[in-house]
Order: sequence, then structure tokens, then C-alpha cells
Amino acid sequence: MLNVPETSSFAGVEAPFLSLSGVRKSYPGVVALDNFSMEVAPGEVIGLVGENGAGKSTLMKILGGVVKPDRGTITVDGIEHDQLSVEGSMNAGIAFVHQELNLFDNLDVAANVFLGREPLRAGPLKLVDRAKLREMVGSLLKRVGANFSADTPVSKLSLAQQQMVEIAKALSINSRLVILDEPTSSLPLPETEKLLAVIKGLKADGISVIFISHRLHEIERVADRVLVLRDGILAGVLPKSAIDHDEMVRLMIGRALKARTAVSMQTPGAVALSAQDIRTTTYPHHPVSLEIRRGEILGLAGLVGSGRTELARVLFGIDARLGGEVYTDGKKLGLHSAADAVANGIFLVPEDRKLEGILLDFPIAQNISLPDMPAHSKRYLVSVRSENKTAEKQRSSLGIRAPSVATRTGSLSGGNQQKVVLAKWLAMNPKIIIMDEPTRGIDIGAKAEIYNLMRVLAEAGVAVLMISSDMEEVIGVSDRVAVMHEGQISGILDKDDLSQENVMLLAVGKKPRLAKREPEGR
Amino acid sequence: MSKKDIGLLLLILVVGAVVAAINPRFLLPINLANTSNLIGLFGILSIGQAFVIITGGIELSVGSSIALLGVLFIDFIATRGMDWPVAFILILILGGLIGLAHGWLIARLKLQPFVVTLCGLLIYRGVARFYTADGTAGFAFGQNFPTLEFLTAGRTYGVPNSFIALIVIMAIMWVVLHRSVFGRYLYAIGKNEEAARFSGIRTGRIIMAAYVICGVLTALAAIYFAMYTRSISPASHGNFYELYAIAAAVLGGFSLRGGEGSIVGVILGTILLQELQNLVNLLGIPSSLNFSVMGGVILIGVLVDQQWGAFRTRRRLVRAARAEPSTEGQRN
Repeated sequence: MLNVPETSSFAGVEAPFLSLSGVRKSYPGVVALDNFSMEVAPGEVIGLVGENGAGKSTLMKILGGVVKPDRGTITVDGIEHDQLSVEGSMNAGIAFVHQELNLFDNLDVAANVFLGREPLRAGPLKLVDRAKLREMVGSLLKRVGANFSADTPVSKLSLAQQQMVEIAKALSINSRLVILDEPTSSLPLPETEKLLAVIKGLKADGISVIFISHRLHEIERVADRVLVLRDGILAGVLPKSAIDHDEMVRLMIGRALKARTAVSMQTPGAVALSAQDIRTTTYPHHPVSLEIRRGEILGLAGLVGSGRTELARVLFGIDARLGGEVYTDGKKLGLHSAADAVANGIFLVPEDRKLEGILLDFPIAQNISLPDMPAHSKRYLVSVRSENKTAEKQRSSLGIRAPSVATRTGSLSGGNQQKVVLAKWLAMNPKIIIMDEPTRGIDIGAKAEIYNLMRVLAEAGVAVLMISSDMEEVIGVSDRVAVMHEGQISGILDKDDLSQENVMLLAVGKKPRLAKREPEGR
Repeated sequence: MSKKDIGLLLLILVVGAVVAAINPRFLLPINLANTSNLIGLFGILSIGQAFVIITGGIELSVGSSIALLGVLFIDFIATRGMDWPVAFILILILGGLIGLAHGWLIARLKLQPFVVTLCGLLIYRGVARFYTADGTAGFAFGQNFPTLEFLTAGRTYGVPNSFIALIVIMAIMWVVLHRSVFGRYLYAIGKNEEAARFSGIRTGRIIMAAYVICGVLTALAAIYFAMYTRSISPASHGNFYELYAIAAAVLGGFSLRGGEGSIVGVILGTILLQELQNLVNLLGIPSSLNFSVMGGVILIGVLVDQQWGAFRTRRRLVRAARAEPSTEGQRN
């Protein structure tokens, strides 16, 4: 283990443990990370912030050796590499604690920490040395300040405790850099405190930490230095003295909101869809009510896991609802399946395009016609001519870039695949269209086209419900924004109150700062 | 016909030519008629199996159903004196009900097709044996059903009527699978059931319909087999027939994951299997090796097909790489 440096902030005094220089990584259609350089000193806590898609996960993948950078160098302990392998990353002492926990909850803590690396007893049978294992895990648990023992089953632990097990696991390989990817996003406040204490403990042991979080106040409290990523480039570095909430936000957003489309001029029409006291299986005790008007784009914001997708799936009839009713144009629906929703003009552009949105192996034309086969058939036989006619029309109006409508949909780019998903619903004259993360994994150009399309739809009187985790998108595109927090709608923001800060406050269950009126919602 | 089908057809012709060269009896009308009769019988049940496999499912109870429904059919007309057209319809309905039960358990109660139909395989075999008290079901001496016998075991201009029945069913099912909305739904479900559901297709009903079609065609095949053998010992009748059907589908280009395959393919698969059976007989290979020959040929066929596919993918990638040399960081 290295010596603990005297100064906590990196100032070039100590040789950095890790440094990246000029790293670039591009995927087809998007540069995920460009000309990125950073240095991590021993015992330094680096806060890494940025919006979704800013390049944080690409950076993590490069450090983990999962992804090979296009160019640039990675220097570990003074040795320069073009890339790290997964093994090389592990041997260098880089450990990850991911947002999703990777524990086996049918095993106890000790078994999880040393899974596959158990200390063995002497002898030909190679039995696991339980006593030694427990002792080793016990000392690791003490280091992370855990208040549970090594033989506790993981299924009995709280989320924060499980996170501690993950950190113990990370430490068990003699880590020198622990990367925490949004470790607090699912933790309640008191548990978060414990985790921040653990980070301070790691630092005291001379272990470097990269702490990724959307919760800027936590970053303020523990980071020695903050790196801000935006659109794949390093937008700014804040030394300890300059770490400030508003400054981080400014750097994260950086520019004028590109996503803003022509804001609707017309006043929204009558209520197109009304959901009353919907209870989903994920949040059975939290009924949700929501109204969407004709001609408006209603944004639905919230943290991952706040119940947005679950609500959308229920409104589309894919998931059964435990209670509540759905009305369109004031009429109660017998909504028992997606087929019922489609028959009533409620369409969903699902979150997972490749699994739920399209059939990758089908040609474009057959994907577009699939929900509307009765219209493309005579006496139960498919009319290929009618299918192709509709597909051609949609291809030219949406600008789907493909050699022909007979092209296999799976060979298209993400943006064009998404347009195929949209095309199949647009061909059927939607009344209500729900879009779950409609621009995820799509390049900037196609994004703008999809935003415009949503506006055109709204102007034609369609009610649009857009679920999005992209703050810029939520604020730029929506006429109103409903924010969900732990299964409930924590508030609805009108245009005047629409700000990143207010959305964030509602998303974590706090009161927004409203301009004129009393707070509405619950 | 797809490239795959043409390849299979060529294989059938080559094997036929080789067998004919070694043993000219292969081309005798009597041999061709017998083989085409078997192709007709197995083809009908293979088409049924094909509909289930397209959805990504499997139907393992075919052989046992053939035993049970065959026993019932002979019992109805020979012992109980039922009019044969009535018994005929009744058996088809029973087959459909078996399919409906399987489809319901699979689509509505979300049981795995393998498990449901494996249980069917065991249950129907047991019921068939119990029904005849393990005896043989057959016709009494001198019992005749001229029309039924003509339709099932008779010939028209030397062509077995069972083969003609297969051609008719094949034509109908080709339209259903390759031209109808229902067929489109079947492929969509086989490719990606979730995406089909998200497109508003009532996937449960479509899957159940596939099992009903399989059940009805199996029942029809059961009647043909019963009239072909004329006596049924329920302990062995129809043993392994589901595997003939699955093998025919796999040879014909079906994927057991669903969403792939054609009617022409499954028929060509059936023809090849029967040709191999015939080959074993004509070339003096010990008939005990029958299954081994079939298994070996299927394995080689699938292997060649898969390797060929991998080879083509590699070749395409190499070409694509040459077409745009080292575009590091410039791809848009």
C-alpha cells in the first residue's frame, strides 16, 4: 500500500496513481469521449458528474478494460498503456462498485466477498477454509464500518449494507482505486451518511476514489476535486476550494438548451387521457392519477426506479393494474391488454427498442404494418402492396434512411430503428402516444428530428406523454412536466416553473420553488 | 423456394441417384408408392409440428396422441359401430382439444412447452394402453370400410391417396403460413414475442391456435396411420413419431428458437428422412442402425448449414472491412 499523501488535493507533488491523456472513444454515429485527460493521486477522492450520455460510463468501461479507446494513453504507476484489459485493470488495483449490486442473495456475506477466490485448507480435497475466510471478511467489514457479521445472509441486509459488502469485495483485491458508480442513488439519507463515512475511511487508507453521483451535495461534501463531463468532453475541473453546486450545474448544462423546440403556441385541448388512481404491481400502495390533454407534450421525469415505466406499461395494457381506471375522451376503457390499448388509439414507444419496439429480423415494411394487419389484408390474406405503400409513405415523411422498405430493420442505425417504431404508430393516426426514453442511444441529428416530430404530432392534436431521464430533453421539449418520486407524482410543473432545479427537487421528493402560485400536487 | 430449400432438394436428388445406382429397385413403382405413402403420413404430422415450432414451442406428445387417437378411431368404427365420417370428425375434434389444452397451459398459465407436451406424451400413452387393456386394437375379420379405406390407404393412378392428401394440406397450410395475417403473426411471435405483444397482437390466442392446428393435423395423421397399419398395439404404435416431425422441421431449416422455417422446407425434410429409411432397407444396412443413420445425417446437415452460415458472415465482414479501410474515429 502506498503512503498517505500529506496534501489531499492533487497538485503534482506526488506521482499520480493513474493518469489518462488524450483519450477518445467513438461509437458509430456518436463520439462518446473525446480528448479526455485526468490524473488521480493516491488517496484522492474525485467527484465525477455529468448528465446521462455525457461519457461517464464510457470512461468507466475504459478504466475497467471492457472498452478499448480509439486513441490516447492510460498510465498506471508510471507505465503507459494504449488500453487496459479486464485483467490488467484488476491487477492494477482498480475496483468497481456498480449502481446495480452484483451479490448472490442466497449466499452469506463471506461467500460473496471471496467468491471464486476462497482460502483453501491444505490437503487434496481443497476444502474451503471457513475459519480463515470469516476472519478475512471480518477484518474487511471492520474497515468499511459494517455493523453486521460475515455469516449474515445477504438477503437479510439493507441496500446500504449490501453496498458495504460490495465495497468490502472491492477492497479484498487490494484495490488502490475504487470507482463508485452512483452508489447513493437508491439509498435513503441516513444510509447515505454511512456510505460517505466509508469513502472518507478509504481516503485515510490512501486509496483513491472516483465517486460518480447525480447528488451534487454529496459530491460537495466528500470530493477533493470535481471533473465535469459534457457531451464526451471534459467541461471543467473544480479544485476543492471551487466546488460549488451551482457551478457544477452550470458546467454540466453548459450551453443554451439545444433540445428546446418551438414551444406550442396553441392552448392545449380537452383531456385526451385520464388515469385515475392507477396502482402498479411495483408500487401497489401508491395510486397515481394523471391527465394528458390533446395537443400537449407532457414530460414525465423522475429518477430511475421512480415508477415511470411501470405507469406507462399499465397505461398501454402490457402490465395488469392492481386498481384504478383509464379514460380516453371521458370514456372508461376496458383495458386488459396492449391490443385493447392499440384499438383505442393509445400507443407506446417502449423503452427497450430492440426487445420491445421492433422485430430486428423483420423488414421495415413488416414492422410498420404489424400492429395494423387488418387494414393491410383482404379476407385474412396479407396485402403486400398495401404494406409497402404505407411503409414508403412513412419512410419519406420520417426520413428513414434505408435502401428500401424491404431492408432488415436490425441493420439500421439506432435513430432509424426508432423512426420505424414511430412510423408504425404514426401510420395508424394516434390519439395518445406514450414515449419511454424516445431518444436513448440516438445521435444528436436524429434526436432533433424526433423532437420536431413530437411537436408536429402535438400540433395535430395528439396527446404526447414523454418519459425521459435526460433533463435537457424534459425541459426543452415538454409543455408541462410531471415528476415522479417513489411511485407517486410528486408534482406537476407548468412552463413558468419549469427548471432543472425544480425537476430535481421534485424527483428527490422535496418541494419545488414556484414562481407565483402555491405549490400544487402532493 | 429459398436457397436452403434448393440445397435440400439437391441433397435429396443426389442421395436418390446414389441409391438408385447401387440398387435399381429404388425406382420401382412399388417402392416409390410405398415411400410416398410414408411421406404423406409423416408429412401431415410434420406440418402440424412446424406450426408449433414456428412459435418457438415444441410438441412432444405427437406419437402418443397418434396411438391414443388411433385406438379410439378403430374402437369407434370397429367395435362401437359408429359411422366412420362421424368418428372421423370426432377424432379431429379430440385432437384439436388436446392441442387447445396444451396451448392454454403454455400461453395462459405460462408453463414451458417442453414440460407440458412431455407430460402429454406420458399421459396419452398410458391412457391408450389402459383403454385397450394393453391389447391390440384392430378390425374383425371381414370388416370393411371401402370408402374410408380408399381415401386413406387407396391409390389414384398409382399415387397413394395419403400422398395426395398431403399435397392438398400442404397447399392450404402454405397459404396459411406464408400468405395470411395469422401466419405473419406466427412469425412475429416466433421472432420476438415481446415485440409482437407491444404491437398489440393477442399473442396468447395465436399460440393456442398453433397448438390446435398441430392437434388437428396429428389427429388426421393418426387416422391415416390407423388405416395403414389396421391394427394398433398401443404400447409401441407411434413411438418416436414426434421426433421424426421435429427432425424433419430441423432439416427443413426451422429454428427451435422459433420464427424461422417454411412449409416447403418441412416437406423436403420429411422426404429426406423417408428416403434415408428406404436407403437403409435397400442397401442392406442392418435395420437396427436405422436411427443411427438418421441421427448422423441430421447432425451433419445441421453442422454444414451452421458452418456455412458462419463462413458467409465472416466473408461479409471481411468484405465490409475492405470496403472502408481503417475509418478510425470517422464513422458517422
